Amino acid sequence: MNPITPIINGLKITLSHLFKKPVTLQYPTERPKVAQRFRGLHALNVSHNKAKCVACYLCPTVCPAKCITVEAGEDANHDKYAARYEIDMLRCIFCGYCVEACPVDAIRMTGEFELANYRRQDFVYSKERLLEKK
Amino acid sequence: MGIEILGLPMMYYIAMVAKVLVAFVFVLLTVAYATYAERKIIGHMQVRLGPMRTGWHGLLQPIADGVKLFFKEEIIPSQASTFAFLIAPLIALIPAFITFAVIPFGGVIEVGGYKIPLQIASYFDMNAGRVFDVNVGVLYILAMSSLGVYGIVLAGWASNSKYSLMGGLRASAQMISYELSAGLAIVSVFMLSGTLSLNEIVNQQSGFGWYAFKQPLAAVMFFICSLAEINRTPFDLPEAETELVSGFCTEYSSMKYAMFFMAEYANMVTVCALTATLFLGGWNGPLATAIPLLGPVYFVAKVYFLMFFCMWIRATLPRYRYDQLMHLGWKVLLPLALVNIVVTGVVGYFIN
Repeated sequence: MNPITPIINGLKITLSHLFKKPVTLQYPTERPKVAQRFRGLHALNVSHNKAKCVACYLCPTVCPAKCITVEAGEDANHDKYAARYEIDMLRCIFCGYCVEACPVDAIRMTGEFELANYRRQDFVYSKERLLEKK
Repeated sequence: MGIEILGLPMMYYIAMVAKVLVAFVFVLLTVAYATYAERKIIGHMQVRLGPMRTGWHGLLQPIADGVKLFFKEEIIPSQASTFAFLIAPLIALIPAFITFAVIPFGGVIEVGGYKIPLQIASYFDMNAGRVFDVNVGVLYILAMSSLGVYGIVLAGWASNSKYSLMGGLRASAQMISYELSAGLAIVSVFMLSGTLSLNEIVNQQSGFGWYAFKQPLAAVMFFICSLAEINRTPFDLPEAETELVSGFCTEYSSMKYAMFFMAEYANMVTVCALTATLFLGGWNGPLATAIPLLGPVYFVAKVYFLMFFCMWIRATLPRYRYDQLMHLGWKVLLPLALVNIVVTGVVGYFIN
């Protein structure tokens, strides 16, 4: 067994890597490219100036992490709507089942991935905060 | 000629102080920026960027690190042997720097009619018309570099921590076994040069008569053994983060830790300078005798190339296992060094 050749081969490899373009992303200044189908923060879709959600409870039912809380209400036209719609981001596993389950296409997932916060209660996204992301 | 102190002209003392200052500041700056260069080079070899945020492309990183370490809290373990704990970083640091006293970093330059050899512990005797330097320069370097191990062993022992002790023990065993092969590797150079004075050895290598060409095996062995002696990867067992937390400097913090760090890098500079001097012709190079100021440039270029090589090796090779280290030292390098001496002797006898 010749012990020198592998060492020289290794040195060659590291030297060749020295001249490659680094893959580092200078994060806060350089932004990553978020893929089209990336599953980030949820957003409630809007149609005719109000949320499309009809409070059918399919999303909290299908949610494996049980992070969605929905309370149904009735509006002036006697239509069912979500009076309260909360997602606890500390529990959410971003599986996207809620989006798949939704029969009226009321919820989608955005490319938003910076979900850090200072307080626990800030991780519970209310209906208003979810609507903000159009 | 002017005022004389102890039979030596005033110019001698001025030149001496200037040489010491220049060499010391140069080594210190190199040490500081070697840490930066190492992080950058290894970063790029791993297809990363390395430090980028402090200053342009992270150029102020060593200063930021220094300031941070300087202001950090000094922690002395309650069960530690305080005096030894405090003195150990100094014992590691000082030999690392004082070895530079005998390394010639350039030829003889003339300032105001006074000839100054660019080597700290040397002077140009006008009457004899030649340079006198420490005629056992290499022995001095070997002696000083073996003193460095005391700092590490003492640090390991005084910390009163298992990891530190293990690191210290490993350091002592490793340094002793590799010191032998390193010393024997240089012996073959002495056999060719017939002198221990580094100035003479450099002069003999002028015109690309480098000892690396005459003694390639000795050059490679000396470089490997030196890497092992200064605890650089792939022989950094005394630090071995994965097994020993941080080895002998586990319990150290703030400036004392910085001293170990500086000692490590200063040792790297010294070893690279010594390898350049003994095997790569020191400050010799094209036109170096005609233009004396080119000498230091060649010398620094050679030293920096060898330091780059150290970092390159660090980016490439994983750490040796302890038994592999001992195997390499005692069963491979030591016999090879002995054979090299015998062959050098026999060949030298028949050529002359």
